Amino acid sequence: MKTIKVLGSGCANCKTTARLIEKTAAELGLEIKLEKVEDVGQIMSYGVMSTPGVVVDGKVVHAGGLPDRKNIQQWLT
Amino acid sequence: MFEGLGNLIAYQWLGLSADSKLGSALQFFIMDLSKILVLLILVIYIMGLLRALLSPEKVREFVRNKPKWLARSLAILLGAVTPFCSCSSVPLFIGFVEAGIPLGVTFSFLVASPMINEVAAVILIGILGWKLAALYIASGLTVAYFGGMIMERFKPERWVEDYVWKISMGNTEREKPDTSLGGRHRYAWHEVKEILGRIWKWVVMGIALGALFHGYVPEAWVSEYLGGEDNWWSVPAAVLLGIPLYSNATGVIPIAEAMLGKGVALGTVLALMMSIAALSLPEMLILRKVIKWPALALYAGVLAIAFMLVGWGFNLIS
Repeated sequence: MKTIKVLGSGCANCKTTARLIEKTAAELGLEIKLEKVEDVGQIMSYGVMSTPGVVVDGKVVHAGGLPDRKNIQQWLT
Repeated sequence: MFEGLGNLIAYQWLGLSADSKLGSALQFFIMDLSKILVLLILVIYIMGLLRALLSPEKVREFVRNKPKWLARSLAILLGAVTPFCSCSSVPLFIGFVEAGIPLGVTFSFLVASPMINEVAAVILIGILGWKLAALYIASGLTVAYFGGMIMERFKPERWVEDYVWKISMGNTEREKPDTSLGGRHRYAWHEVKEILGRIWKWVVMGIALGALFHGYVPEAWVSEYLGGEDNWWSVPAAVLLGIPLYSNATGVIPIAEAMLGKGVALGTVLALMMSIAALSLPEMLILRKVIKWPALALYAGVLAIAFMLVGWGFNLIS
């Protein structure tokens, strides 16, 4: 099971990103562990300055702006 | 072509008269909306294809450990080509501070970034011509450079929230971007959707305001109140008006177009544009999370004065 973290301090895009990932995982029938990281200090500890950021199994795969659906599918599979 | 489209829909299909207020407002709206949309999509797509869009993380690496004049120049130039959503200004601010980048340089970046960007530059040229575009960009860069320098004189470090100094930035492994042609296309198209999705409302609102001004505000009123240098107060009024009004730099352009068309003085228009794009209440409230009130007041005060100087300066020489 993949652990996915959405980095973002409560901005609208960050919430949408988390929802998009949940939805895509459900569509693919995959079980994931989704976590929202809202503390700025923790966000920065990943070296990310533009939110929302996405971390999959400890690797930063995205930073800044809404991610693309195709990309989300790639991260999950 | 776009003017023709405006004429076709407003005057021929809807049968409005070119002399009527509604007709000329609608024609302006359609013309600018179609033109700006086409330009926006083209510019963002091409920049995306070239992957020319910089990330704040890269800017930070470029700027850190440089002599101050170079750091400031780089921060401003890179700020101008970095698409940056004000919702990211808190992590951005902290990231810069953590890299040891002087606060004045960070302020210069925060001023330049919303005011100038490559998308707005192309639309400025397309709508107002390259001369006005160059004037706007040159004054924006100057304000960002000297504004940040002046703010630094006040030692704003003492007004940074304590927790900011304690955060340390990590360096997690990053995935390499897909640079095949297909990958570039997907990235570029995604960029178009993402940026348009974020700014379309500001652009439409700007065009609507511009159209209302174009159709409904009589020239006589403009020349009496917003005209020449006789009304010294029209510049500070424009700056004040720009603070609660917020739009991104692209949305400001049609407003400027309509005002210049009615004969509003150039400096007054430039001051309004800069104030709308760079001085906004919501953005300053976001910055409040990292800096205390005195620093915010300093930031707003220095910018407001700088925009007024730009406005008066241009009104004097034009």
